[in-house]
Amino acid sequence: MFSNFVSYIIQGTAITVAVTLVALPFGLVIGLLMALLHTYGGKAINRLAAAYSLLMRGVPPIVLLFILYFILSGEINLSPFWAGSLSLGIVSSAYQMEILRGALLAVGGGQMTAARAVGMSRLQAIRYIVLPQALRIAIPPWSNEASIVLKDSSLVYALGVPEILRRAQQLSATTQQPFLAFGTAALIYFVLVFATNRGLDYLSERTKLPTHP
Amino acid sequence: MPETILEARNLTKVYGQNTIFKNINLKVKEGEAIVVIGPSGTGKSTLLRCMNLLTRADGGQILLDGEDITAKGYNEDKVRQHIGMVFQNFLLFNHLTALDNVMIGLTRVKKMPREQAVKKAMEELRRVGLLDRADHYPGQLSGGQQQRVAIARALAMDPRVMLFDEPTSALDPELIGEVLGVMEKLARDRMTMLVVTHEMGFAREVADRIVFMEKGSIVEEGSPDDLFYHPKNDRTREFLWKITELYGKKEKDKGGAA
Repeated sequence: MFSNFVSYIIQGTAITVAVTLVALPFGLVIGLLMALLHTYGGKAINRLAAAYSLLMRGVPPIVLLFILYFILSGEINLSPFWAGSLSLGIVSSAYQMEILRGALLAVGGGQMTAARAVGMSRLQAIRYIVLPQALRIAIPPWSNEASIVLKDSSLVYALGVPEILRRAQQLSATTQQPFLAFGTAALIYFVLVFATNRGLDYLSERTKLPTHP
Repeated sequence: MPETILEARNLTKVYGQNTIFKNINLKVKEGEAIVVIGPSGTGKSTLLRCMNLLTRADGGQILLDGEDITAKGYNEDKVRQHIGMVFQNFLLFNHLTALDNVMIGLTRVKKMPREQAVKKAMEELRRVGLLDRADHYPGQLSGGQQQRVAIARALAMDPRVMLFDEPTSALDPELIGEVLGVMEKLARDRMTMLVVTHEMGFAREVADRIVFMEKGSIVEEGSPDDLFYHPKNDRTREFLWKITELYGKKEKDKGGAA
């Protein structure tokens, strides 16, 4: 019985990881686009991007998740998995946008000026000069956001996606062993988050620019 | 009669209520080294940044090889390929080695094949005496070395003219010499240069013409000898007197210490 128990939750783990692997990159693409628009766009675009960030960050993720879910699954007829994952990605995009915006500001305007001075267009300067530096700066705070998304993937439980938490709850109900069920779920989340942060720490270390000879 | 490479005609720049400079007329001829001097806040740096369109002028025209580059619809990025610029705070690309800093304009802007670009970039690094630092990142270089890489980066594009915006102002005194040395060599090779600096020694030795700017206009211009020894304008005399006194003091201090 115990092995059944474990394999049931492990299957949920695969779904949790899948939700995160959809939500994070989706949020990164939107977040990066928004951060660039906010930093380099004109006044109107800048305001629009700022409003997006403010709105998305001002509402609890679970509330947004429900709203987006009903739009995505109701109007476009997406499955709970896809609707939930993409919604989670949209929620995360606002936070990732702020991380990247901070990183773009940290790179500074001088780098853009110098790139333009050798004849690059704005897009070339962003692509070859500003972004490679900004992304490096963004890794540590992004690692934090990655673990938040990983943990918040448990929210799609409310949409009926059979990920770790949902399965733990089912097991708790059928086996009458809530501590074992939720404890196992907690342990799995912890291991996933720990591994993610360690992996990104390593990436940050590997891409660090040398300073002294 | 050498041809005019870069020319400002009635150039005016305004920030809000502040007029930075007004009706500036300046011609930079082929092979000529012009040094712009003057008190801080008189618009010298802004003038340079207007010349390669990093900042938009509010009035007047800029001509590069006789073409009006301030005309509507003119390709700015093309213009900047032909005007090299060196900044006060170096502004090397921090994520690239010295070699890649010099190369990136060649590969990305000029679309030069990599092999050819490496060769050209190494040549430019040799020109500024930094061949042995090619694989170093900016964070591993001294200020003087960074500025020399920045000069190589600008030179690699084979510009028609080089703009220098106070290239030694952010350097420790003992590092100034190596940068001025490179610039002096450029001037001897008849590179067309427009230099904003407070290094009076350099101005006197290297400049073909010195332009004294104050409060947003050109007060006086002429050969180093004319300006240093027979300034026509009182303000020029006053400024030069002040700054050479300071310079002389430094020299004396150096002598005393030795």
